[in-house]
Amino acid sequence: MASIEMKNIVKKYGDGFPAVNNVSIDVADGEFVILVGPSGCGKSTLLRMIVGLEDITSGEMVIGEKKVNDLAPRDRNLAMVFQNYALYPHLTVYENIAFPLRLAGTDGKELDEKVRSASKTLELDEHLDRKPGNLSGGQRQRVAMGRAIVRDADAFLFDEPLSNLDAKLRGQMRSEISRLQKKLGITTVYVTHDQTEAMTLGDRVAVLKRGFLQQLASPRELYTNPGNLFVAGFIGSPPMNFLPATVKGNSVKLPFGTVEIPEDKAKKASRKKKDLLIAGIRPEHFEDASVVDPSKKGSTFRAQVDVVEWLGNEAYAYIPFEAPPEVQKQLEQLERDLDGESLRTQLVVSLDGASMVKEGDDAEIWVDTSKMHLFDPETGENLTIDLDNAGEIPNHDEAGVVEAQEAV
Amino acid sequence: MRNNASTRVGTVIGAILILIWCLLPVAWIISLSFKSQTAITNGSPGFFPADGDGAGWQNYQDVLANDQFRRAIFNSIGISLIATLLSVIIATLAAYAIARLDFPGKKLVLTMALAIAMFPVVSLVGPLFDMWRTIGLYDTWPGLIIPYMSFTLPLAIWTLSAFFREIPWELEQAAQVDGATSWQAFRKVIVPLAAPGVFTAAILTFFFAWNDFVFGISLTSTERARPIPAALSFFVGADPFNRPASLLAAGAVVSTIPIIIIVLIFQRKIVAGLTSGAVKG
Repeated sequence: MASIEMKNIVKKYGDGFPAVNNVSIDVADGEFVILVGPSGCGKSTLLRMIVGLEDITSGEMVIGEKKVNDLAPRDRNLAMVFQNYALYPHLTVYENIAFPLRLAGTDGKELDEKVRSASKTLELDEHLDRKPGNLSGGQRQRVAMGRAIVRDADAFLFDEPLSNLDAKLRGQMRSEISRLQKKLGITTVYVTHDQTEAMTLGDRVAVLKRGFLQQLASPRELYTNPGNLFVAGFIGSPPMNFLPATVKGNSVKLPFGTVEIPEDKAKKASRKKKDLLIAGIRPEHFEDASVVDPSKKGSTFRAQVDVVEWLGNEAYAYIPFEAPPEVQKQLEQLERDLDGESLRTQLVVSLDGASMVKEGDDAEIWVDTSKMHLFDPETGENLTIDLDNAGEIPNHDEAGVVEAQEAV
Repeated sequence: MRNNASTRVGTVIGAILILIWCLLPVAWIISLSFKSQTAITNGSPGFFPADGDGAGWQNYQDVLANDQFRRAIFNSIGISLIATLLSVIIATLAAYAIARLDFPGKKLVLTMALAIAMFPVVSLVGPLFDMWRTIGLYDTWPGLIIPYMSFTLPLAIWTLSAFFREIPWELEQAAQVDGATSWQAFRKVIVPLAAPGVFTAAILTFFFAWNDFVFGISLTSTERARPIPAALSFFVGADPFNRPASLLAAGAVVSTIPIIIIVLIFQRKIVAGLTSGAVKG
């Protein structure tokens, strides 16, 4: 057991490309922290620097009060599960799990006990004599985890452990990992590009983009108080809607009409003195006005529904809109950052399953404006953020500046 | 079905033709080795010895009783095994470095290795003869082991580095995280997985060393280090004008036996797909 402290970690590759840029993350003892971001954001590199498979260009890596920058992987006492499992194919499952113990010089009886208890935890007992080549993907995954839990490691590191499994198995293994981590109470750092895994597994989630830490917060804080456009767009599925917005007093002009927002939000938004902002509203904060309790606060507007996807418990309605070029450009950049492709600008609205809205209808849509966020279109910064409930956002203001410079 | 059957018949006929083509000389040598010396001198064209021409196991007994021959067998086995062992060890280490590490001059090493392999062996015999005589390696085991090693190393390095490249790097990293030193990771994970490559390289090296004639005859002068191929050519019976062909045949047969054994042993280790299951394929 140990805490992991990353202080201003920088990783520059030989060609000078900075893969990780001044990232500081504290992982408390026993905490489950997720590193998440689109591909190329430096999350795996960061993990490999923790375990010692990559050199640290600058900054300090402290594991359990000990600076480990220059220690070899084997001296750091960490256990890692690799994305492609990296099982030893010439050894049986038993020997695979026993491998770290044998290296540590554990002898006969103790070794056997430990291996058997690990295999019992992971329900691998009947496969102990088989070779990894004869196992299914899920079983291999469990063997890889067995190799990690059999040692008394200071921390677990997972590098996208579930990305090679099919959807159903992924769900099962996800809960299995969560249960195991709670049971063992061991410090865990988990890398993934999947925001569902990030949200469901982590005590805290670190969102990274192109080597920069965007926000480090609990899943709930990330969801309700994203620090910038990128985090807002990355967390949540379907993603947050981004609309061009003009704020005047307490009213916000959206492409579909004007809505009222709470006064404190309006005040925060006006501090940058910009005419055009980007409004971010999650799909579930819209509703078919006909099914909303009239006592609920909010505004309504009318819009032409393009497509409806009815899923039973809810329905997604798509409403296309036109965005001015400044906003359009920013949204396209955001899509690229999120590994997506910029398609048409459209609003995704999550409706109640009882809603009778059909494709082509001119529907009246209700929106919960108290949940609306307003972003600076140039820096992407969230102007209406509640900083007390947003975890850590490194150089909240400067982050935007850096990005603006990058864009030039 | 008919088509299938005729294809199979064709395959069998083809296989038999190839076998005859390849094995007829071997069969003839075996046939010769069972004929008596007089039968050969008189001319005995049949495959099976004619009545009274058969020598039974006499030739084999004579060959094995021959000190010179026994000594040559011993030399050959010793020299070939040592050369193989050294060559494989050095090639394994070199190939691992080439496959895994980035060091200046990596290309140069590989090109040099190829260049050495392209050198005609005969062109080096003269200089080597002079050098070995000066250094004192002439007519010794090391005098043969060194050239065998240097000529088989390039091939072994190229074969092995191809094998190493196919082993996922994650395995080694996993081993290091699990607490292995680089050397332990190499020995316990990488080498077992590269075993097919190691044994392929070993067989090729052993073949080269065992079959070599040019070095064997030029760099030795006595039975101290003379290997079998060279020894057979010096094998003269009682009558120097009448070469003991049947004895030589028996010697040739005996000298192929170790190589068959070695191939059978090593071949078992060459199993494809040893790395399956290591990583998600």
